Amino acid sequence: MKRPPTIGRAVDRGLAPFRGRRAARLLPQTRLGGPMPWVIAIMVALTVVAASGALSLSNMVSTARGELAGTATVQVVEPDPELRQEQVEAVGDVLGRDPAVAGFRIVPQEDIAELLEPWLGSGEEIEGVPIPALIDVEMRKADDGEALARIENALREIAPRARIDAQSVWLAPVLSALSALKITALALIAMLAFVGAAAVWLAARNALGGNRDTIEIVHLLGGSDDQIARIFQRSILLDAAVGGVLGLVIGVAAMSFLGSQFAALQSGMVAGGSLLAVDWVLILLVPLFAIAIAVYTARMTVLSSLRKTL
Amino acid sequence: MSAPEQEIVQFDNVGLRYGTEREVLSNVSFSLFSSRFYFLTGASGAGKTSLLKLLYLAQRPSRGAIRMFGRDVITLPRDKLPAYRRRMGVVFQDFRLVDHLSAFDNIALPLRVSGVREADLREPVSDMLEWVGLAHRAEARPATLSGGEQQRVAIARAVIGRPEILIADEPTGNVDPEMAVKLLRLFEALNRLGTTVVVATHDIQLLRKVPDSMIMRLSKGMLSDPTGALKYPPRRESGAGGNT
Repeated sequence: MKRPPTIGRAVDRGLAPFRGRRAARLLPQTRLGGPMPWVIAIMVALTVVAASGALSLSNMVSTARGELAGTATVQVVEPDPELRQEQVEAVGDVLGRDPAVAGFRIVPQEDIAELLEPWLGSGEEIEGVPIPALIDVEMRKADDGEALARIENALREIAPRARIDAQSVWLAPVLSALSALKITALALIAMLAFVGAAAVWLAARNALGGNRDTIEIVHLLGGSDDQIARIFQRSILLDAAVGGVLGLVIGVAAMSFLGSQFAALQSGMVAGGSLLAVDWVLILLVPLFAIAIAVYTARMTVLSSLRKTL
Repeated sequence: MSAPEQEIVQFDNVGLRYGTEREVLSNVSFSLFSSRFYFLTGASGAGKTSLLKLLYLAQRPSRGAIRMFGRDVITLPRDKLPAYRRRMGVVFQDFRLVDHLSAFDNIALPLRVSGVREADLREPVSDMLEWVGLAHRAEARPATLSGGEQQRVAIARAVIGRPEILIADEPTGNVDPEMAVKLLRLFEALNRLGTTVVVATHDIQLLRKVPDSMIMRLSKGMLSDPTGALKYPPRRESGAGGNT
């Protein structure tokens, strides 16, 4: 038998990192064989859809608020057409003199008739129907309640049955419902993140249990908690990356389908919900957040479990 | 070896009990010195494996003090323990090879854990495989190796990093007498290179094969010192005042 091999002090006595493919091989695992990439893919897909919905609703609310801010409508309700026309002109004078009013437009009767056509019909059917006159008013300031009250008082003298309403008041319930939907979507995202972390926690604990002997050996050979945690991190990183990309593709496809369905409605309000460039960046960050949460959860689970050993 | 002997392990009145059972080790006190060869003997159930577990830091004692490489390892924070474990090589009684890794990868494991680059570990691991007569089984998984081959892989893994102390629990239990002698020669060679060797065995014949070895005998959890190997316990134990 030869003398023992001279390997010198090959072993660095410090805590050099044990990482990479060789380290990962310590844990027997067939990638994509386990459920973790698929679980993460589903989580990411649902989160992408929920995030897109939340961002879209947020944009819709912002656009609607922006368009309606500082606008009001005067309704002149008078059955006698001649008297109604006189009152409209008098209201125009009042509006023209008020310093809070930036401008106004008397909505042509033809436009009003067109708006009412689906309900009242057209032509002769509508001829005898007293239709109120409408005046769109643009205020200099948004939500100028004081000016609206002043104008309303002034109108009372010249057109007792005229009324002025801020347009934002009409849509307040709609905007409130949209905001509630947005909050629900954000809550859904938070729950998905929590469920995703819980799934990774369970998977990491399961993997720890299944590899207890290997981990104990690595420990006894001088492997540190950090080194062992890194092996699990790498494993979950690969699973999460595969799942994240897959989930993003599925989520964006679902979102595009929904987007095309809503676009077909040709509603001005829905058009305001289009996603902006910054929204796309946020959506693309979803899988990265998922990977970060998965890796962090796996690390914390492994470290917390290892701390119970010597 | 010309280097002066250093006390690298010191047990002081160490006791170990599992749960509420009686102590499996009682009042164990001894010192181990660098470059010495120790046999730990005793009948089955005498506490040899428990004592070795304390030595390779897989277990904390129920009482007493343990110093290794000049540090109290009982109060040492657990994140400092890996650095101490890397200074040891351990041959486990049940080998503890990683089932899904080849013989080569099992032997390379301590070097990889220590951060040795792949390019730097290929040659020493191949040398070691050749030295234990398993060069032709480098890619074999433990399940396909015989008991003796597994034992040789376990020994190669324990010594590959040139540990300062080698702890072997019944290392010749599964090999034929010829291989047992070969393995002892390996341990002796390492010992000559400065590694302290502790071999737990119940094979009395083995003790005679290493003439300069020192014998520690365990019986019912108590340690005796038939060859005067244990320059410890402290004097207060023998009634002559403290020396620690």
